[in-house]
Amino acid sequence: MAETVIKCENVYKIFGSNAKKMLQESNGNVDAKTFQENGCIVGVNNASFEVSKGEMLVVMGLSGSGKSTLLRCISRLTDATGGKIFIEGQDLLQLNNKELIELRRNKMGMVFQSFALLPHKTVVENIAFPLQIKGIKTEDSISKAMDMVKLVGLDGRENYFPRELSGGQQQRVGIARSLAVEPDIWFLDEPFSALDPLIRKEMQDEFLRLQEKLQKTIMFITHDFDEALKLADRIAIMKDGIIEQLDTPANIVLNPATEYVRKFTEEVPREKVLLIEDVMDASKNDLGDLKVSKDEIIENVAEKILTQEKAVAVIDSKNEIVGSINPTKIINTVFGGRKNNN
Amino acid sequence: MEFLKKYPKTFQWLFLLIVFFALCFAIEVPETYKFIRGQAEFVKDPNQSSYVFLGKEVRYYAFDVFWRLPPLLGWLPIWINDSLFFLMNEWMPIEVWNEDTQEFKSRPIVLQISRNLTAFMTFLIQLIREVLLGGLETIVAFSSWDWIDKNPWAELPGLPWTIVAAGAAILSYKVSGKGLALFAGLTMIYISIFGQWKPSMQTLSFILVAAPLSFIFGLGLGIAAFKSKRVEKALYPILLVMQTMPQYAVLVPALVLFGVGDHAAVIITMVVAIPPMILLTILGLRAVPPEVIEAGRMSGCNNWQLMFKVLIPTARRDILIGVNQVIMVCFSMAVISAFIGAKGLGFNLLLALNQLNIGLALEAGLCISLIAILLDKMSLAWANKQTDYFGNLTFFQRNKNILFFAATVIVGIVLAYIGTFLFKGSFNYLFEVPHNKGISTADFWNKGVDWIFDTFFVYIKAFNTWLIQEVLQPMRALYLRMPAVATIVLVVGAGYLIGGIRSALVVCGLTLFIALSPWWDRALVTTYMATFGVIVSCTIGFTVGTLCFQNKRSANFMLGVCDIFQTFPSFVYLIPVMMLFGITDTSVLIAVIVYATIPATRYTIEGLRSVPAGLHDAATMSGVNKFQRLTKIEFPLAFPHMMLGINQTIVFALFMVIIGAFIGTEDLGQYILKALSDKKGAGIGLTLGICVAFIALIFDNLIRSWVEKRKKHLGID
Repeated sequence: MAETVIKCENVYKIFGSNAKKMLQESNGNVDAKTFQENGCIVGVNNASFEVSKGEMLVVMGLSGSGKSTLLRCISRLTDATGGKIFIEGQDLLQLNNKELIELRRNKMGMVFQSFALLPHKTVVENIAFPLQIKGIKTEDSISKAMDMVKLVGLDGRENYFPRELSGGQQQRVGIARSLAVEPDIWFLDEPFSALDPLIRKEMQDEFLRLQEKLQKTIMFITHDFDEALKLADRIAIMKDGIIEQLDTPANIVLNPATEYVRKFTEEVPREKVLLIEDVMDASKNDLGDLKVSKDEIIENVAEKILTQEKAVAVIDSKNEIVGSINPTKIINTVFGGRKNNN
Repeated sequence: MEFLKKYPKTFQWLFLLIVFFALCFAIEVPETYKFIRGQAEFVKDPNQSSYVFLGKEVRYYAFDVFWRLPPLLGWLPIWINDSLFFLMNEWMPIEVWNEDTQEFKSRPIVLQISRNLTAFMTFLIQLIREVLLGGLETIVAFSSWDWIDKNPWAELPGLPWTIVAAGAAILSYKVSGKGLALFAGLTMIYISIFGQWKPSMQTLSFILVAAPLSFIFGLGLGIAAFKSKRVEKALYPILLVMQTMPQYAVLVPALVLFGVGDHAAVIITMVVAIPPMILLTILGLRAVPPEVIEAGRMSGCNNWQLMFKVLIPTARRDILIGVNQVIMVCFSMAVISAFIGAKGLGFNLLLALNQLNIGLALEAGLCISLIAILLDKMSLAWANKQTDYFGNLTFFQRNKNILFFAATVIVGIVLAYIGTFLFKGSFNYLFEVPHNKGISTADFWNKGVDWIFDTFFVYIKAFNTWLIQEVLQPMRALYLRMPAVATIVLVVGAGYLIGGIRSALVVCGLTLFIALSPWWDRALVTTYMATFGVIVSCTIGFTVGTLCFQNKRSANFMLGVCDIFQTFPSFVYLIPVMMLFGITDTSVLIAVIVYATIPATRYTIEGLRSVPAGLHDAATMSGVNKFQRLTKIEFPLAFPHMMLGINQTIVFALFMVIIGAFIGTEDLGQYILKALSDKKGAGIGLTLGICVAFIALIFDNLIRSWVEKRKKHLGID
């Protein structure tokens, strides 16, 4: 297991004037209803998880589920009411203001749903802003920002003002700005939700390309389950402030932990999400000639497998056989186990 | 009974009205009732009752408590006055070094602060005035009269008017474009050749001192209020009262604290101009999207960086609109503070009106209006101007405006120098056109006024008499006939029905303050004049607004007209009405109506415009005709916004009624005017101002509560 970068232990965020007191009295057993009757609103309810270096954790939930609040607790834009948060082993809630600013200037970058660009600065000035805040000289910061402009493919538009850009372009600026200080931890709060579907897809691909190159530790917030499946290493599904399930996309689709999670997975085209590895059997006997890689998405190889009579060998990257898969299994996975068929 | 259950509100209102009228009829007018009573008159009369509170004796004519409440707050103005006096003359004496006598002298600290502040302001005003007009006082301030006598060359020369005019045009061009530049140039040339240069520059220097200072303080306090809830809560009531207090009324305490002159006017102008700046700063900072603030925080801003690099630049437009407000308030104060001896156009206007020289007044008024429009348009253009990228421009392109101005400075100086040869022995018209040497149209206007009077006197007189005898007098009598208790029941009842118990309590407090002050009767007269004005204004405003709304172009035109009229300082409105109707109540009322119609019209058009286009289409598809659409869709939805217009109309009307005291009315304004010339007037002036502000706030509270409820009900914002 890689090194842990973000670690949350029993994090609570409760809004209201006497939230702290109520949380102490409840002994960690927070019931949203009783709290609401006393004028408190539960934002995050007992969240514990870890994110390791280079991993992308996608937090998925509908509006009001507390996913953005959770992110703001971890970036300490709001202070958590209870629990502990560690960033690279540092206790975040114990940091004083100066240390916090230092942490943000060097370790964290954040992208916002509404882009949150400064209207009075040009593209390149917006991107250079965090660098200039850090006290880097204007020329150096601008030349660094120009590299970022190229990275997100906005060359030629560096002197435009945000108002002159389309939504997708504005978000590219937002992404470039959040990456300008070369942070290790990257927070993205519904970065693509305000964009058109076509642009959104384009930006997702672009984002994956960037991540391939940069290998940041990422917390990505979205309300779009498909987006979560597409991007995530692991997904945390939130409802009413509680993390319902935190697992890999495949496990969430195959073994939804709660009824709520199951509802999301129902409509998901499994052949597009699951890998051969996720559904293969361990037995290596009686195999046919065809071999498929364990990292293939089912959809890509389903046709080939279905034409076989025998089980198909599954190989890893070293060309060694690690398991097998037979056509029935494919059919069961794609069409079976759904609500209507039960 | 069914009916009552169906419309409980209607029943409650009916009940309230019945109680009100029952009280009105049940309580007789006391035989000894006189319109004039109370302390403020300073008459000693054996029939008066008196009481002593806090060591102050208050005398008044006592009536049945139901008819008029005793002036239990009568001590307040005296107390304020004595406290001010005590502060200025006795409290905390400190030792002060006196330059002239070379010894220490004991002086109260407030007086010393006031003196220092006065000296500072006077210096600032002098400095700017002498840059514009020339003079030597600034240099004296840094040296001495003796030094000046030995060095006669040491004098600020002043700018030739050509340079100022060109400067104004170039600045206008920079913020807006050719149109405004042309207007600025023409205005300046007009001012110059009509001989209004000196007073105009005096007024301008006044603004150049007052506006930046107000901006700085307003921004600072606005930021403080934005950051701390406690500061905001402390400021809020002061802001509310200052927004509704007639500008006239604050002049009086200024007189006591700082004496007569430009410096006092500047200080008091700041007091009036800072509140709108604070409000707009708070508004602008609040409107910054939370995500932008978070982005700033995540970029690692500390608090200072967040404020000055993220929040303020993002709120730029709102803050600059605040600057626009500050400039306009400063300008209107620059005119009104002529009453406490500020020099400039206002002073000339006041003088001309006092001499009933309508022609001269019109000339000064026209100058005031032109400058007002110019300042308004320039500051608005600046607010709306978006930054352009200029990194790729050449040096000349980047600095062309500055270079242009430098060129005009040289040309202007050369012209002024040539002028010394051209106009040998007389005035150098290329440097400055003296006040009495410009072209004057005063005679023409005076003749025009005479002609109007000669020709239409009979009709105007007839109209006047009819209005006063048939409408105004009965209305005034009706208002005065209301027993105090009945009025309070009506107002508090309305507060309860509209806004619940909280609103009722607020309104009750405000009304009681006025009722317990010595000026309840006067307040009734003020209210009657304002009510008359508001009713007529709203009728005109709603009609004109609705008609203009029918066509996009006429609506825009009307809004433009409102914009322009709104920039004129209220005092200017008195000129044409005095020209037509002379010195009567009618004049005041017509000025009130003209002035108060502006917000009524504007809010009507804006309200109708705010009706969503989707609803329009939906209505059209349901097959309504134009009239049905107006009555069934547009009016109900626009009405809350139109009510806010009525709110503004009331404030405008009250301001005008108070200023109308200059012409001569029998209301609170008359006392404020009196207080201005009274050594002990500070307390009276301030209390009267608060009374007027409270009248406005009563209506404000009722209307706002209603609008909020209604908007919630309709589900608009």
